[in-house]
Amino acid sequence: MTLVIMIAVSLCVSAGVLLILSRDAFRIVVGFAVLGSAVNLIVFLAGRPGTLVSPVIPKGASTLAEGSAAALPQALVLTAIVIGFALLCFSLVLAARVSRDHGHSDVAKHKASEPECDPGSENSLKPPMMEQD
Amino acid sequence: MLVLGNFLLPLITALISAAARGRLRTVVNLLGGALLFAYAIVLFVEVGESGRQSLAVGAWPLPYAIEMAADGLGAGMMMLVAFVNLIVLIFQSDWHESTERPGLYPLQHGLIAATMAAILAADLFNLYVWFELMLMATLGLLTLGGGRRNHEAAFKYFSLNMLGALLMLAAIGLIYGSTGHLNFEALAQSTRQADTASALTVYFGVLLAALLLKAGAFPLFTWLPAAYHTLPTPLLALIGGLLTKVTVYLLLRLTGQTIFVGQLDEYLGWLAVVTMLSGVIGAAYHWDLRRILSFHIVSQIGYVLLGVALASPAGAAATAFFLLHNILVKTNLFLIAGLMWLAMGHYDLRRGGGLFPARPVLALLFLLSAFSLVGVPPTSGFWGKFLILKEALNQGRLVWVGIALVTGLLTLYSMSKIWIEGFWKPNPASPSSAPLPMPALTAVIVLSLVILLVGLYPEPLIEYLNRQTSTFGRIVQ
Repeated sequence: MTLVIMIAVSLCVSAGVLLILSRDAFRIVVGFAVLGSAVNLIVFLAGRPGTLVSPVIPKGASTLAEGSAAALPQALVLTAIVIGFALLCFSLVLAARVSRDHGHSDVAKHKASEPECDPGSENSLKPPMMEQD
Repeated sequence: MLVLGNFLLPLITALISAAARGRLRTVVNLLGGALLFAYAIVLFVEVGESGRQSLAVGAWPLPYAIEMAADGLGAGMMMLVAFVNLIVLIFQSDWHESTERPGLYPLQHGLIAATMAAILAADLFNLYVWFELMLMATLGLLTLGGGRRNHEAAFKYFSLNMLGALLMLAAIGLIYGSTGHLNFEALAQSTRQADTASALTVYFGVLLAALLLKAGAFPLFTWLPAAYHTLPTPLLALIGGLLTKVTVYLLLRLTGQTIFVGQLDEYLGWLAVVTMLSGVIGAAYHWDLRRILSFHIVSQIGYVLLGVALASPAGAAATAFFLLHNILVKTNLFLIAGLMWLAMGHYDLRRGGGLFPARPVLALLFLLSAFSLVGVPPTSGFWGKFLILKEALNQGRLVWVGIALVTGLLTLYSMSKIWIEGFWKPNPASPSSAPLPMPALTAVIVLSLVILLVGLYPEPLIEYLNRQTSTFGRIVQ
């Protein structure tokens, strides 16, 4: 079970890193979603996955049974999923707005907040003049 | 229960300010800010009298319950956050950029609530959750403007900070997996026994990397100057003044008391000096006031990280003092930049000028904060830098001290650029002669007086911080 999860983590991390290094806004967002799943699996791995003994103290006993699953990492993963989902929704809307503002989703060409200086002008080494804002 | 007030008060204020309109909203904001500051003082005094206050949420014994705690250092930090929050709220009460945006105040109070909770959190996962909330609130504030520039800046801010959040979560999962603890004190105990060459060092390294990214350290600081300058001035002062500094405070707390990263201190020190140098060089290029000051945030973060890397009680006290000084001065400089914008009509220094004859009071206020940022004695910045560099010299780190001094010189260059271009040079157009808004000016003057006081009379503060950080340090094997 651990090996399976480890392989899944490594696949997700490679796919996620590949996607977030892309210049397309939507691919970046999807990349973060995939990377987030990989991270969630890492946390999940701390909870002794694969065991079939549930983390409930049996009647009459005062401690958990031997080899039972750890409940805490599952709670952590659940919280992380909720937070990650909220951020994913927000970032999708953000990516859509950014792409609509510019008419394309290539983030390397989004220069509204960081204008480039005009290479032909006499002051091409200085930053461009700020417009009134 | 006492400790939760610092977190609940801004949350309640956020809810009420979402419903209130117009004049009532201003009253709610100011009242909420003042109450929070008063409460933070009460908690600070209480912690000073009867020691660390903590609250264990959930009916579990302590290392397993979710703990929120405030000790002397944390209560002081929260008092500082509450003070800066109040100053910014006063500044905002008559500021043209803060009137017509409905989500502004709830998000702003929410940000303060998340910041307070992050300072209060005494276990790693809780800390992660509050960091995420801080990220969400900041993203909300970044997009409020609704323009092309705002969305773009928010996307840049989002991408790198998301990476930091994921790294942090991964590190927390790995640390929990190998120690079985999330609570700071339990972690400290179990890592004290651990072999420092073990895998734990790698996990701590990942956690450190995540926090460094969020603090704005080299090389992943680019989200900061790319996004901050699109914010309206009061928010810029609040976010630029607080967020990265609170992250460094948490870094100081974690590396000093909880996770021991003995071998990583050397790298942290080099990262710190490269951070301070790259920040100040970035500032030298720009002419936009907000960008110059944003790059200076990065540069100053380098100084505090140097203090963290020194890894001794004296280094920790120096770091805490520098954080206090830097939060006050940075906030004040951003607020002054807003007033300069009102007087010049521009953030671009090439288009402004002539403020010294027109606005002598503003010039005086700027000069005080600028000198303090550079570290001219006897301002607060001098004591902060002096303490850090003294400890670095004690440890024989001559190269680090040298780079820090060169950075100080470049900071002086950058501040004189603002002074010459904004205040001395005759203005190409005629500057506006409208009076500056009274609440904003009052806020800046009060903040400047506090900075002056810290500079002239730092002794009790330094003594207090030395007492608080006497146990900070690393296990050296």
